[in-house]
Amino acid sequence: MPEHDAPRAAAGALGHYARQLVALVAKDLRLETRRRETIVGVLVFVLLVLALFQFALDLERDTARRLVPGLLWITFLFAGLLTLGRTFAAERDQGTLDGLLLAPLDRSVLYLAKVVATVVIMGLVELVALPVFAAVFDVPLLTPGVLFTVLLGTVGFAAAGTLFAALATQTRARDVLLPLLLLPLLVPLLIAAARATDDLLAGAATPVTAPWWELLAGLDALFLGVAVLLFEALLEE
Amino acid sequence: MLAVDARGLVKFYGTAPALRGCDLAVAAGERVALLGPNGAGKTTLLKVLATLVRPSSGALRLLGIDALRSPSLVRARIGVLAHETYLYRDLTAAENLRLYAQLYGLDAVEERVAAMLARVGLTDRAHYRVGTLSRGQQQRLALARALLHTPALLLLDEPDTGLDEPGQALLADIVRASGAAVVLATHALERALALADRVVLLAAGRVIHTARTAELDLATLREVYGTAAPVRA
Repeated sequence: MPEHDAPRAAAGALGHYARQLVALVAKDLRLETRRRETIVGVLVFVLLVLALFQFALDLERDTARRLVPGLLWITFLFAGLLTLGRTFAAERDQGTLDGLLLAPLDRSVLYLAKVVATVVIMGLVELVALPVFAAVFDVPLLTPGVLFTVLLGTVGFAAAGTLFAALATQTRARDVLLPLLLLPLLVPLLIAAARATDDLLAGAATPVTAPWWELLAGLDALFLGVAVLLFEALLEE
Repeated sequence: MLAVDARGLVKFYGTAPALRGCDLAVAAGERVALLGPNGAGKTTLLKVLATLVRPSSGALRLLGIDALRSPSLVRARIGVLAHETYLYRDLTAAENLRLYAQLYGLDAVEERVAAMLARVGLTDRAHYRVGTLSRGQQQRLALARALLHTPALLLLDEPDTGLDEPGQALLADIVRASGAAVVLATHALERALALADRVVLLAAGRVIHTARTAELDLATLREVYGTAAPVRA
């Protein structure tokens, strides 16, 4: 190939990569809108947990403000585990994963598509859950700062979780293995997300929260980078 | 150029050997039937050729490309039809083909999808969800998926699954007309004789016999096939 054609070839490859990514994300979201098995189940789970917290803890407003960040993120974490549990299991159970692996895809496209689809599905659940949490515990969760924190936390969760979901789905004990592998890894993410949310609920200005956001963004980048590098090897049989 | 040039392929699942030094050469446009009893290694060999499974050792060139070094280049040029259809039950027939067309980076997607649906006789089922189609219709759609990108090498693992007589005839017609090199794993000896130029008999992960179908009749093939069963490592 002539040297001056190299950038054009690279741009073409990038465009092809992007089109494959869009096709896979659209496929996952279309399947979810038709089956509604993940989003409905996870949403019901979140609302049930919320109701259980309310009945079990019977919190005063001041106590609630201090506990809500932890309750919120633990709820999202377990809801996310339910979402991830289906991410690759459905593909493997229906035999469609091999169909995808037969296509001339860079394996990272498959990974990133699952991450994006998980973020969208979890994001929809969170958009419903946040106002309910805010109303039940009387705390201001619907602020740009909290929404930004939720976005950063969700991306990090999906980035690490998708990798481990792919690993767990190759084992018989996948339902048990996924939380055992994933939860220890997510401790720093959980701490950063809960502390950022806590600062914001306490009325902190952005500069106080910024280090937590930086940590969350750093963890997101780390999880995504490592997973993209490892994903192909993980899918090798 | 050979479509398949496999040398000394070995594959272990854990400590269990599935292939034990398997050699296979298939010329461009040639159709080869892999025969052998259960556990002979047919499906593992096809999975290795499809780049779904990496061999433990051995060399593999497909369509002139080193398939172990550049599997993605090979994948763009091979089509696979197996027991599993690789289709999404909650997507329509057209949506499934459209998805695969996009993943293979094909142009004129809509025209190509419509043409393939017509070729396999499913135009009137284009907007039906795959889960509502019969098993035979799903297998026809899987054939369309396998041929959508006009592969130069077709890998077929018991492709008749669920197909009625007209469906089997259609499959044979389409495979012949494709001009692709074909590796077909089957237990149906009649089908192998009718479709293949050459049969290759596998037993215990090795090729133990090969013959041109023009020189075989069904009785002889049955006799040769019978020799494979007692073979042990």
